[in-house]
Amino acid sequence: MTYHKRFDGRGFDELRPMSAKVGIVPRADGSAMFKIGKTVAYAAVYGPRDLHPKFMQNPQTGILRINYNMMPFSGHGERVRPGGSRRSKEICMVMQNALLPALNLKEFPNAVVDVFVELPQTDAGTRCAGIMAASMALADAGLEMKDLVCAVAAGRVEDKIVLDLNYFEDSHEDGADVPVAVLPNSGKVTLLQMDGEMTREQIKEAITKAKEACEELYELQKKALKERFARE
Amino acid sequence: MNQELKQHVLKALSKNVRYDGRKCLEYRQVSVEYGISESAEGSARVKIGGTEVIAGVKVETATPYPDTPNQGNLMVNAELLPLSNPKFETGPPGEQATEVARVADRAIRESKAIDVHKLVLKPGERVWAINIDICSINDEGNLQDAATLAALAALKDARFPKLTEHGEVDYDSEKTNEKLPLAREPVEVTVIKVGEHYFVDALSDEEKAIEARLTVGVTEKGTVCAMQKGGDAPLSVDEIDKMIEIAQKLAPTLRKAL
Amino acid sequence: MKEELHAQDKSIVIPGEALATGMSFLPGPGTYREQETILAQRLGMVSVEGKVIKLVALSGKYLPKMKDKIIGRVIDVLLTGWRLDINSPYSAVMTLKDATSEFIPRGANLTQYYNLGDYVVCQIVNVTSQKLIDVSMKGPGLRKLRGGRVIEVSPFKVPRIIGKDGSMVTMIKQATGCDIVVGQNGWIWLDGEPEKEVIAVNAIKKIEVEAHLGGLTNRMSEWLEQQTGVKVQPAGGPQ
Repeated sequence: MTYHKRFDGRGFDELRPMSAKVGIVPRADGSAMFKIGKTVAYAAVYGPRDLHPKFMQNPQTGILRINYNMMPFSGHGERVRPGGSRRSKEICMVMQNALLPALNLKEFPNAVVDVFVELPQTDAGTRCAGIMAASMALADAGLEMKDLVCAVAAGRVEDKIVLDLNYFEDSHEDGADVPVAVLPNSGKVTLLQMDGEMTREQIKEAITKAKEACEELYELQKKALKERFARE
Repeated sequence: MNQELKQHVLKALSKNVRYDGRKCLEYRQVSVEYGISESAEGSARVKIGGTEVIAGVKVETATPYPDTPNQGNLMVNAELLPLSNPKFETGPPGEQATEVARVADRAIRESKAIDVHKLVLKPGERVWAINIDICSINDEGNLQDAATLAALAALKDARFPKLTEHGEVDYDSEKTNEKLPLAREPVEVTVIKVGEHYFVDALSDEEKAIEARLTVGVTEKGTVCAMQKGGDAPLSVDEIDKMIEIAQKLAPTLRKAL
Repeated sequence: MKEELHAQDKSIVIPGEALATGMSFLPGPGTYREQETILAQRLGMVSVEGKVIKLVALSGKYLPKMKDKIIGRVIDVLLTGWRLDINSPYSAVMTLKDATSEFIPRGANLTQYYNLGDYVVCQIVNVTSQKLIDVSMKGPGLRKLRGGRVIEVSPFKVPRIIGKDGSMVTMIKQATGCDIVVGQNGWIWLDGEPEKEVIAVNAIKKIEVEAHLGGLTNRMSEWLEQQTGVKVQPAGGPQ
């Protein structure tokens, strides 16, 4: 099968329209919003702060804890029942691993940095959008980071490698989805998952395209962070 | 909050000055923004000063409850997200979230804001189910009034989805232009009493000093449709009457923002 | 390789942003070197001093430092002292001997000295590598804060709120007649007449927002005069 034209008319390497804003939750220690197409992620950082339960504390370093949650009305289709699922638990874990390489929490033994990622509306690509927002929120919280983290999904629809899949592409039966997170300075990959079948060549092409797209994502994050602190 | 700090709040209230410079019976700026979630059939963002709450409506089909075969289903839920306040935790709704949801639910249900008789697809078999979820985004006090207003605003914004030939909701298509049968517009005003003083729209700092509060649901006609007393101080009948009067007087301030 | 400064003095940079290339530049606080390049280690404002490049933090939690004068709130009464929330990732402990010069008999009810919810202005006397923090009440100006209210500001804006030799906060005190204590940890205690207190709070918030703009002292003295009718001048008179 040949995928001639994307469902929403985009070019195969084209990302959906994006926007970003930092400082959206005044009460939090750091916060940000990232929107890509119809997927919106809010992230708020609290901490470093006291960690309970105590057995989770690490005397060598502070720890990062991500909480990913889809708002009940944010799904495609029926209401999403509140409370964690196996899916959200796994997403929290991979997001943590995606963000941690950028972060240094050695100065905060026994403490925790909590990141709450909330999605008010979704159209695929939520974990990547969550990483985009969380990365800006962590920087906004003034934490020591050697880099930001950018993320976007690549994938295959029929015979084409595409970037930033929307819901219809993501759920297409002849296709695959590869969410990728990248440290923009080093180009190293910190999140990688895949579902669906692809050849090794296709996988390499998909990851490479995602990495290239991260330049655009990085510029957007940079702009949003600078706007937050710019002189009037 | 210790007694000396509370006395300080009282001193300011006695001069009709709030911690942010407002008068006792004055709201912070109230704003409503509609259609903030494209995934929902209806949604709204409400800001009261720095406090921000969003609400979304999901419209589904369901079997009616056995005791109300000729009525649609209505549900209000609230999530006090840990994103919105360092004190909120993850996990199932706690006491405060449950109260916010139930008190908002009561105003909407008991004022018959939604005409549930118009939500029947096939009597006794299939009805519309209207699920309202309220999520706090930034808590700087008075989540209750913001939550109820957001729930109502999301209902106002909502449109029915399309149905397939088999009578199932077709979420892949655009929704219809048909609005929900919204008959009334109840809002809730929470009136607080500390010492001899009454005030509304408490800031987080002021909430720590609350002795008694009364949330009053007020319809567009000024009638009272729901109430909830909170706080551990008892109230006299005259005090309750005074608090209801305040709520009725201030309800239009909130409704004006819709 | 060409020696080059990429970031301008006083510009805002993000974590990982390249600030300068070349071995003649030296990485200061908030920056790190990777091969030839000096990069930002956090979000901050660049400060170039000769060949040293450092970053001034703009956001984040208060990090306890020895000798800082801070405001704490009693959150627990221990066997031999009190635990205080000091608006930082770690709480602090005030032991009996650091709390008062009074003799406290064994088994005394400690809440009669400091009770839960009480605010104190105290000084940090020890910070360990594992972030155990001791505070003391022994020193000039250290005391229990009675009544009043406490507001929170970014700890990174505290120096501007205090002003040079306390000039800014003195101006606010004079204009509003409020008693004000500024803790290095971003907690500020105020006590005054309700209307005046609101003006003092608004003044502090205004400084917090405009901290990075020039001419702040004069702007604030004009603003305070306009709000209160009291003519105030920065300490030491006009310069």
